[in-house]
Amino acid sequence: MDFGTVTPLVYLLSAVLFIFGIKRLGHPETAAKGNRLASVGMLLAILATLLDRQILDFTWIIAGLVAGGLIGLVMAKTIKMTAMPEMVAVFNGFGGAASGLVATGEYLRIMDMGGTLAIDAGVSIMAGTLIGAVTFSGSMIAYGKLQGFVTGNAVSNPFVRLLAILLAAFAIGSAVYLVGFGGDLPFYWSLVGSALILGVLFVIPIGGADMPVVIALLNSYSGLAAAAAGFVLENNALIISGALVGASGLVLTNIMCRAMNRSLVNVLFSAFGAGTASGVTGDDGDKVATSIEAEDSAMILGYASQVVFVPGYGLAVAQAQHKIRELADLLTARGVNVKYCVHPVAGRMPGHMNVLLAEANVPYDQLCEPEDVNPDMENIDVAVVVGANDVVNPLARDDASSPIAGMPIIETDRAKTCIVIKRSLSVGYAAIDNPLFYKENNRMFFGDAADALGLIAEEVKQL
Amino acid sequence: MTGTLLIGLYVFVLAMLVGLELITKVPPTLHTPLMSGSNAISGISIVGALLVVGSAGDSPLMRWIGLAALILATINVVGGFVVTDRMLQMFKSKDAG
Repeated sequence: MDFGTVTPLVYLLSAVLFIFGIKRLGHPETAAKGNRLASVGMLLAILATLLDRQILDFTWIIAGLVAGGLIGLVMAKTIKMTAMPEMVAVFNGFGGAASGLVATGEYLRIMDMGGTLAIDAGVSIMAGTLIGAVTFSGSMIAYGKLQGFVTGNAVSNPFVRLLAILLAAFAIGSAVYLVGFGGDLPFYWSLVGSALILGVLFVIPIGGADMPVVIALLNSYSGLAAAAAGFVLENNALIISGALVGASGLVLTNIMCRAMNRSLVNVLFSAFGAGTASGVTGDDGDKVATSIEAEDSAMILGYASQVVFVPGYGLAVAQAQHKIRELADLLTARGVNVKYCVHPVAGRMPGHMNVLLAEANVPYDQLCEPEDVNPDMENIDVAVVVGANDVVNPLARDDASSPIAGMPIIETDRAKTCIVIKRSLSVGYAAIDNPLFYKENNRMFFGDAADALGLIAEEVKQL
Repeated sequence: MTGTLLIGLYVFVLAMLVGLELITKVPPTLHTPLMSGSNAISGISIVGALLVVGSAGDSPLMRWIGLAALILATINVVGGFVVTDRMLQMFKSKDAG
């Protein structure tokens, strides 16, 4: 049989499997099947490629597949659920890098044959290189910010912006020169270099709590990079898959932006939380936050009838997902009605909190969204905020001049009692004070989330 | 503009629209699995990497570039699908219990 015609047909089948796979990934009952379906599509695409006659030598291919497969498997099996954002950032970066390298390989092949770059191949190669490189270095910076070895704060000054604009101009100029005027290899490498720096400058100005948006956007980029590599190779399987991922990343980006009531442009370029926000600190003269200890917290919680937990990034940092479940179970056993209210942008990636709570086997029917809880907040006896800050800041609702004005929040300040578990009174990522801490019905429990929840659980057992 | 490029653009735009239609409303629980699963799909550039490595011939530079692309794409594909499955199994066991 002639595999020359079979291969594209198998690619088509793969693309169909990807479409059904992504569709099913969007529904809870079918998600696991969707993922498997997509992985079958990928396996078919790989096998079809291996049968392709362009491939002359299998030694390196086997080496690459085995090495990459083992590394990927170990990473996926050993990663802690709290570190999922880092994992996804790294995978986004690797995908982008692979696509960029494919474009580079194709460029070198054309140059090797002494050929000139046709306009359409040239444009595809330059686009693939640019997007791939930006995705890679941007994702690595995002990873660094999540891991904490690159500052999680928004880094921004006019110099950074000017440099970014100059680099972008230089990269585009190089691309035009390479394609239109037969520029040579040094120009290509300088294009790669400037694209890599651009990726760094693109993510560096974005602060930690805007990470869900950035990760979703880089996810979209990794898809677009694959699509660009598809144009380079004139391969529809890559174009379709890349476009699908590009689209799904955009949808998630949009969901995240809406959850913060901000536009994408605002997230990317406003250097939110860079220290310019009003009322940062210092004006805490007459405000007093009342603190609370484990015993009293246990009393309030143990005799409540409605309790809502609001988890935030602090829960992930303290790896307290099992502790929160333990406390919730103790309360449920006492007849308390317990719910978890998850804000869409809590944590560092879309759905971060849901993954952690799922790991701790929190029952699905106890999870709810802000829209479900807010209307009924007056009837909540105790709202327990665990390591969250900006998503419960009443300023978003009350102060139109606040930087977070209009962001949908979980209105725990309207609950009968609110307990905030937090290491200090320090400001959240938005760098604005949180009036919730100083409200009459609010109590501060100072400490690490895991320790605090454990202490309260011990006291509840004594009741 | 050549026919191939034009067809590629058609395919790209239509696939993009399909993607936007497919996932307009995703429950928050699935945001992370959807992202890591679709991320694994973007590892489809593994196909391109295979072609680069396989057709590198005598050029060592191309072979190394292809090999790097292949390893990175394979990590992306294998790691992405496995970790997504791991997450979704967690969601599932919880539904059963």
